[in-house]
Amino acid sequence: MLPGGHLLSVLIFFPAVGALALLLLRGDDHKYIRIIALIVSLAEFLFSLLMIRAVPVGRTGYHLEEYARWIDQPPIHYHLGVDGISLFLVILTTFLTPISILASWKSIEHRVKEFFVMLLVLELGVVGVFLSLDLFLFFLFWEVMLIPMAFLIGIWGHERRVYAAVKFVLYTMAGSILMLVGIIWLYNATGTFDLPTVEALLHTPLSQGGLELPPRTEMLLFLAFFLAFAIKVPLFPLHTWLPDAHVEAPTAGSVMLAGVLLKMGTYGMIRFSLPLFPEASRRAARWVAALAIIGIIYGALVAMVQPNLKKLVAYSSVSHLGFVVLGIFAFHNISMQGAVYQMLAHGISTGTLFLLVGMLHDRRHTFEINEYGGLATPMPKLAAFFLFVALSSLGLPMLNGFVGEYLVLLGTYQRHWGWASWAALGVILSACYLLWSYQRVFFGEITQEKNRILPDVSPREKWILATMAIVTLWMGMGSTFITARTAAAAQSVIEAVEPQRPYEAATPASAAPQAKLDSPGAAKAISSERLGIR
Amino acid sequence: MPKYPMLEYLWIVPLLPLLGSAVNGIFGAKWPNKIINWVAIGSTGLSFLGALEAVREFFESGRVLFRKEFFTWIATGNFRAGFDLQMDQLTVVMVLVVTGVGWLIHIYATGYMAHEGGYYRFFSYLNLFMFFMLILVLAANYVLLFVGWEGVGLSSYLLIGFYFLRKSAADAGKKAFIVNRIGDFGFMLGMFLLFKTFGTLDFVQLFAKADPWPADAMGHLGTFTIACLLLFMGACGKSAQLPLYVWLPDAMEGPTPVSALIHAATMVTAGVYVVARSHMLFSRAPTAMLAVAIVGCATAFFAATIGLVQTDIKKVLAYSTVSQLGYMFLACGVGAFSAGIFHLMTHAFFKALLFLAAGSVIHAMGGEQDMLRMGGLSKKIRWTYVTMLTATLAIAGFPPFAGFFSKDSILLSAFQNEYGGRNVGYVLYGFGLVTALLTAFYMFRLIFLTFHGKQRYDEHHVHVHESPDNMLAPLMILALLSIVGGWLAAPAFLPGGTDYFAKFLQPVFAGVEVAGAEAGARSLELWLAGVAVVTAFAGAMVAYWLYLKRPEEADRLVKSLNPAYTTLLNKYYVDELYDAVVVKPLLWISTKVLWKAADVAGIDGTVNGIAEGATAIGDGVRHTQSGNTRSYAVWVVVGAIAIIAVIFFWPFGGKTVIGMVR
Repeated sequence: MLPGGHLLSVLIFFPAVGALALLLLRGDDHKYIRIIALIVSLAEFLFSLLMIRAVPVGRTGYHLEEYARWIDQPPIHYHLGVDGISLFLVILTTFLTPISILASWKSIEHRVKEFFVMLLVLELGVVGVFLSLDLFLFFLFWEVMLIPMAFLIGIWGHERRVYAAVKFVLYTMAGSILMLVGIIWLYNATGTFDLPTVEALLHTPLSQGGLELPPRTEMLLFLAFFLAFAIKVPLFPLHTWLPDAHVEAPTAGSVMLAGVLLKMGTYGMIRFSLPLFPEASRRAARWVAALAIIGIIYGALVAMVQPNLKKLVAYSSVSHLGFVVLGIFAFHNISMQGAVYQMLAHGISTGTLFLLVGMLHDRRHTFEINEYGGLATPMPKLAAFFLFVALSSLGLPMLNGFVGEYLVLLGTYQRHWGWASWAALGVILSACYLLWSYQRVFFGEITQEKNRILPDVSPREKWILATMAIVTLWMGMGSTFITARTAAAAQSVIEAVEPQRPYEAATPASAAPQAKLDSPGAAKAISSERLGIR
Repeated sequence: MPKYPMLEYLWIVPLLPLLGSAVNGIFGAKWPNKIINWVAIGSTGLSFLGALEAVREFFESGRVLFRKEFFTWIATGNFRAGFDLQMDQLTVVMVLVVTGVGWLIHIYATGYMAHEGGYYRFFSYLNLFMFFMLILVLAANYVLLFVGWEGVGLSSYLLIGFYFLRKSAADAGKKAFIVNRIGDFGFMLGMFLLFKTFGTLDFVQLFAKADPWPADAMGHLGTFTIACLLLFMGACGKSAQLPLYVWLPDAMEGPTPVSALIHAATMVTAGVYVVARSHMLFSRAPTAMLAVAIVGCATAFFAATIGLVQTDIKKVLAYSTVSQLGYMFLACGVGAFSAGIFHLMTHAFFKALLFLAAGSVIHAMGGEQDMLRMGGLSKKIRWTYVTMLTATLAIAGFPPFAGFFSKDSILLSAFQNEYGGRNVGYVLYGFGLVTALLTAFYMFRLIFLTFHGKQRYDEHHVHVHESPDNMLAPLMILALLSIVGGWLAAPAFLPGGTDYFAKFLQPVFAGVEVAGAEAGARSLELWLAGVAVVTAFAGAMVAYWLYLKRPEEADRLVKSLNPAYTTLLNKYYVDELYDAVVVKPLLWISTKVLWKAADVAGIDGTVNGIAEGATAIGDGVRHTQSGNTRSYAVWVVVGAIAIIAVIFFWPFGGKTVIGMVR
């Protein structure tokens, strides 16, 4: 056994224990069901914090590794590990689960037991995805997580829930089938499903027993994996499942969906696409970046004109996740760090936006913006929280959204100033759609009489929102706590693709810019020397 | 105890207002106004005192620059952004203006807002603004400056939209934020470019690294030029310059103390501050300098023309602010950074005073803002009148009021401009001078319409009353400053006149500024000052003629120049233009093309089409499973024939298939 105890296994299976406990209860025992679910998820969250100690700052590689033989032929084994990137994604998951449970405290009234069981199973699946180091195990969890989510949408969702659930499942399956083909291809070539082994083999020259993929094969494999991830992210133009799924899902489902499920896609890109297929990633980068940038602008523009508040938030996710993908495929360590940070920040801020939209829905049973208007008068506190979160989502400095977005753009600019310039338009547009929708929902005179008597936040809601607000603020101010821990992992991923040269600021002695820059060729030579562009 | 405690703990200065904001924001809802006042005024007052003490210590220490890193905010790779504060002479000016004027306006606001709902909210926002503004001016790197930059934008958004029940107020707040964001887009790219080139965004390190670089040639789009133009784009947004000025007049929807503090005295000057702070980069980018000067000059003139015909008292002041900000940029653009900052300071005094006095008028008139429904107020609100007249004399450039000195030195610098040749300088000077004429005209028009002439309101409905002491006291202090503030930079031709201000800022702008008027230029300076005074006087006289002496002349003039008048009254239709060219098409494209056509019909149509296709195929194939034995037999035969056909006739496949069978 590798050192580290069984913390990761506990993290994966503890929710399952909780789910089992719930199954033993009578279905109408609502009070205990909720409390047990909450306690289990809170305990899970506290357990997950223990991981922080085990991931030292500045060290690459996996920590707390667990390895157990499972199936001998084909050699599928139980291999877990955590590094700086997955660490915080797991914590994000375990943090958002109790929040989701609290958010569903009142709004879920039928099949209560099954609902919370599904939430806990979902947590199991997602944590498993982030911690698996075996390709097959990863795929297993990837599929496991699909089922509870589909049920959450299909059973507890709104009017068109079945359509949305089926669409969600089919879309995701379409991608993951290809990923399965890719995984099996890799197994055939290497004889193992073990991720670190496969990665090492792919980075070893053929002469030393490694595996060198022909460019065409590598590209096909890259695409097989990438498609699955791109659908999950979702990357334009594969995003159309998302608005439907979000609009139909119950609040808790939306929070988990936006908060962590989308991150599985970007996590996959970081964990698999880049390290396993660096050459193909490089070749595909410009196309992926183009799609990401289109997604940023397109998502924001479409969000701006949505009459449905929840759809608006859903499209804003397309825009925000575009930043993440762009940061990953800019191959710069700052942008990569920014992408990781943006994943976490988006989980918190968009998660909170969905919570707030859910609270509005609890009161008025509609998502249509024009049904609202002037809500700041009856519910000033909810309005204040909403504004706070909208500001973090539009990237106001000192709140969490800024750090990720800024780093992504800053890093991207170092390599491709054009990409960063286009993507930065998203900064303007996010202000447009968030503030405009905010105005239509909260400002002005009350337009509908029944909105006048809506109650402000209840104590339960207030605590949920206050918690989220504190995390938002903390992530905006104390980003170094997180970036220090993600740095080494992000750096090692990026170095597999493109060696990062230590940055040297240009000095006039070596560059003498005026003289040399007159010929475009020389300018290019200087910039490539300085920035390490091929 | 450190030797310079306040400098060592400089973060206290911005933090105090933040605490005030948080306390009032969280607990204020249930408190009486009195406690809220204590928290709000107390926190900003202490912050002012702290700033004074820090400035004293700074001078005592005799340092050129004090800089301290408090904590690291963002750090990845070789990028670091910290909460690092710094103090130099430029910061001293800004900090004192912000905390001093800010504090006065806080006091004023306790009177002005006394009967408004959401009192705690107002002061919470106002304190929040102070926090961000102090961060902006104390920041030691571009990223932290950007924190303040965006933060003041947020406070501005909140305060403009303070009366959020009014759609116009909410619209104006949103517009301000979004237009500022357009500028910020440029500002961010400017930062990225600077980081790419120099590897740091810290002022000290960045300027040290940039120092040995050769300056860009005129007309050459080098790194300096592009970076400066991008930064200037941000400045245009924040400081309401062409073409991004449109938000500032609308921002007058906010309560008047907000207009005074944010949209006149402090926040809108942030762009000028950034240009001055980046003087080291700008001075190496002559093209950018010329752009700054031209934009500033054009804005000054353009906004002044609009100000000529507005009848809303606050709108006149708003366009006047845009115009005066143009002067500041003009100064920076011709290399006279200290003149720009000097005008920034004097403008903070007299423009804050103008707005506060206008607020006092509005207060007296029970909320009326249309000058056509005022008139003859001078006797009823004596103190307001006197202070406002002082400010008007100052802004119009009458000696010895503050505006005379600052405007005079800007015009002189424009006259002596080096960038783009002398002729450019003369044109800039010419437009600057005409703007001065227009300024004097519309300001005296405001005075005459408001305070003199016939009473044009119904006395039965409006009970005109002088404002309470807590509103008048700030007015008087600011009036005093508007009178004496200018003497800090007395022109050299006056006996004993020394430009103390430029000397004071010398350590910051050393080596950058175009040499000012030396002994030989003294007569020139005197001449230009004389011309400026005559111009100001002429403007005031025209206003007197048209609005007091012969009011019917004004009406006749309006009739004869109707198209021009209407254009000005409608602000050159710029808002309508933006709406038609940018806003409407964008919304249309987003709705019709991107959402309805691309997303729903295109992508989702394809996805659902595939699903429907699969269903249809399944449906079709279902009919083959008829359960009829004979039809199955037929299928078997057809299949067998097909296989045999493939084996024998397929050019390549045959052998493979046979091989497989074996």
